[in-house]
Amino acid sequence: MADVDERPVTRVTEDPFGAYGPYGRLRDGLRAYRMIAAMWIRSTMAYRASFVMTAFGNFAATAFDFVAILLMFSQVDELGGFTLSEIALLYGTSAIAFGLADLMIGSMDRLGRRVRDGTLDTLLVRPAPVLAQVAADKFALRRLGRVTQGALVLGYALATLDIAWTPLKVLMLPMMVVSGGIIFGAVFVGGAAFQFVAQDASEVQNAFTYGGATLLQYPPALFAKDLLRGVTFVLPLAFVNWLPGLYVLGRPYPLDVPHWLAFAPPLVAAACCALAGAAWRAGLRSYRSTGS
Amino acid sequence: MGTGRLYAAVAAGGFRRYATYRVATAAGVFTNTVFGFILAYTYIALWQEKPHLGGYDQAQALTYVWVGQAMFAVMVLGSAGFEEELIERIRTGDIAVDLYRPADLQLWWLAADLGRALFQLLGRGVVPMLCGALFFDLALPSSALPWLACLVAVALGTLVSFAIRYIVALWAFWLLDGAGAMQITWLTGVFFSGMLLPLNVFPGALGDLARLLPWSALLQAPADVLLGEADVWGTFAFQAGWAVALLAVGRLIQSAATRKVVVQGG
Repeated sequence: MADVDERPVTRVTEDPFGAYGPYGRLRDGLRAYRMIAAMWIRSTMAYRASFVMTAFGNFAATAFDFVAILLMFSQVDELGGFTLSEIALLYGTSAIAFGLADLMIGSMDRLGRRVRDGTLDTLLVRPAPVLAQVAADKFALRRLGRVTQGALVLGYALATLDIAWTPLKVLMLPMMVVSGGIIFGAVFVGGAAFQFVAQDASEVQNAFTYGGATLLQYPPALFAKDLLRGVTFVLPLAFVNWLPGLYVLGRPYPLDVPHWLAFAPPLVAAACCALAGAAWRAGLRSYRSTGS
Repeated sequence: MGTGRLYAAVAAGGFRRYATYRVATAAGVFTNTVFGFILAYTYIALWQEKPHLGGYDQAQALTYVWVGQAMFAVMVLGSAGFEEELIERIRTGDIAVDLYRPADLQLWWLAADLGRALFQLLGRGVVPMLCGALFFDLALPSSALPWLACLVAVALGTLVSFAIRYIVALWAFWLLDGAGAMQITWLTGVFFSGMLLPLNVFPGALGDLARLLPWSALLQAPADVLLGEADVWGTFAFQAGWAVALLAVGRLIQSAATRKVVVQGG
């Protein structure tokens, strides 16, 4: 085949920030993220009445989750051997961690839709990292409602719990929220990467994000051992608040695991980020436009 | 084309539209099943702490969990259904085209929504229920009659679900951005349908109130009919009453909206 067209092809995947190195790329990504998020905030504020309603709705959504627990406790004094205050600690940390991830990059579950209708192509030709663009897409400030609600429940837990606080236990609280938020964030990114392959399957992701957040609101002792093994060793959601939270409460983890695992969440979060990043790059490389 | 045939065609279109996305359906089934498992374990703990809570034994409570997961998509308790699309059409002004059509706006969307509900009952209701029956000890009736009665209750519940969401969608004629209204309806629905917890577990006056509101027609009514915990004809009358009342309200708002509204768009 001698007549093959040998002209150089301009690739959209070529890295416009390659020259800056990884840190310049990160800086540009964050800058793009900030600008897009600010744009969406301005756009949201155009319908102020709707914003107030949706922010309240987001607050109430998680408040209702806690109301369900309160309703249960209107009938019983303990659930699986845990008091309301102890469950409130697990609930609050899970809600804040998930809420932060949802606020920052929760819109990533719309990626499948963008792949399907072809609008992802627009993002590929813009001179900014695609991950930053997708993460900031439809940035929804109303999601602060969930974080606020989780913080209130955590406040209730801390006010009513009788814990012998040590400096280590105090440090566990911010560690749980930050590491937990990053672990959930990695689940969002990994789920979005999966949507490159299975565009219509965005709801599978809900099982791990919303489902995971719901699971972690309850004490692990309630659940079957196999389920616990799954969320400890396969999808490490147990590191968001179960392992560190039970350390704070001075309760044993139902699985036979080493005690130091309670302090492992930052490491687990870093590993999750690395895996999610690799999955994202693989997903983006495999992307074929619908052409429409 | 006769009007009956027109709406039958619209309903069939609604069915086919959702049946097209098989992967999305499988994904939804997976998610419903995961949530079913999480809820089932919390209910087991709750009923172990207090057996016969709300008049259910543990098997009935677990059955309720899986009926809830089966009804989740049918009654649109999780995400938005047609109302999102209708609101978008009102916001962009496309609604003007719809109003010119020789078909009734409410009946058109009702037909499409019933088609969707039928598909989601088959596509998303059956498998989680089977999964639940496989892994947990459920209190399922062995004769056909309670199942048939439950199907009637599901059909009436779908009418109520549609009627509520149609009213909400029409708010967009005045609000333009319907996101807030949709979210508040969704929350009210989740809470008062019994999706969080069976309404018979709600304490005192709150429980009594919840059982009177239309949302109890969506999940609590079909579940109680299946479990043999409710007077079947009384339940049907309750559901049908709300369906008629809410459809009539939707119709009133529709005529008010189409008379006074200035259509958006250029």
